[in-house]
Amino acid sequence: MKTSRNEDGTRLTLYLSGEIDHHTAHSIMREVMDKLEAELPRDCILDMSKVTFMDSSGIAIILKAYKLLNSTGGRIAVANAQSQPQRVLDASGLDRLIKILAPLSE
Amino acid sequence: MNEINSMKVIFPSLSANEGFARGAVAVFVSQLDPTVSELGDIKTAVSEAVTNCIVHAYPDNIGEVMLKCRLLPEDTVEITIKDRGRGIENVEEAREPLFTTGGEERSGMGFTIMESFMDSLRVRSRPGKGTTVIMRRRIAKRSR
Repeated sequence: MKTSRNEDGTRLTLYLSGEIDHHTAHSIMREVMDKLEAELPRDCILDMSKVTFMDSSGIAIILKAYKLLNSTGGRIAVANAQSQPQRVLDASGLDRLIKILAPLSE
Repeated sequence: MNEINSMKVIFPSLSANEGFARGAVAVFVSQLDPTVSELGDIKTAVSEAVTNCIVHAYPDNIGEVMLKCRLLPEDTVEITIKDRGRGIENVEEAREPLFTTGGEERSGMGFTIMESFMDSLRVRSRPGKGTTVIMRRRIAKRSR
């Protein structure tokens, strides 16, 4: 999983990719949690621009990351989702807990 | 309702088959010339229903999942996903948003997504006998 830090190092971006379903979710969740636990960023962005499919398994991953960062005083946002994952994000009501940033082109 | 076309596949409840199931449905539904958005909705609903079979119907063993698609008049697709697994004690409760018995790797949003992405959703279940989910979605007419 590709990651990047902003200039002052306060914001960590995790670049998710591929299809997120129950089959792939376990290893993606482990990888996301390992990165967050190792780096404990103040802000985290889950960049979803390369996610081609996501079902509710992805919501569970985002919620788990949210809970971890919430417990350490950090914040998390989801960004750049394509239309299908965005529909799932919308249906989940996750925007009541987490900032969901639309793609820059929209 | 008169059936125009249909297909049926049976596969073991392996998580690797989630992608296969939604792919098979997508190819079948493509004959109705759906939009990318309609296809995305249907694939998502299928993924949720098949995941339920794998996680909840057969938690401790591999069982059979039957997936059936029917093309009905008025550009309507009907998708049936059936298992002979554990069954659901209380279907009403299982359909509630955020209800899950699947632990923290599940969000409890499966039935909510199936309901909101499809036009109709019926769930029949008998504990110890299995569960059948029947969903329908009408594909909007487009100028072709």
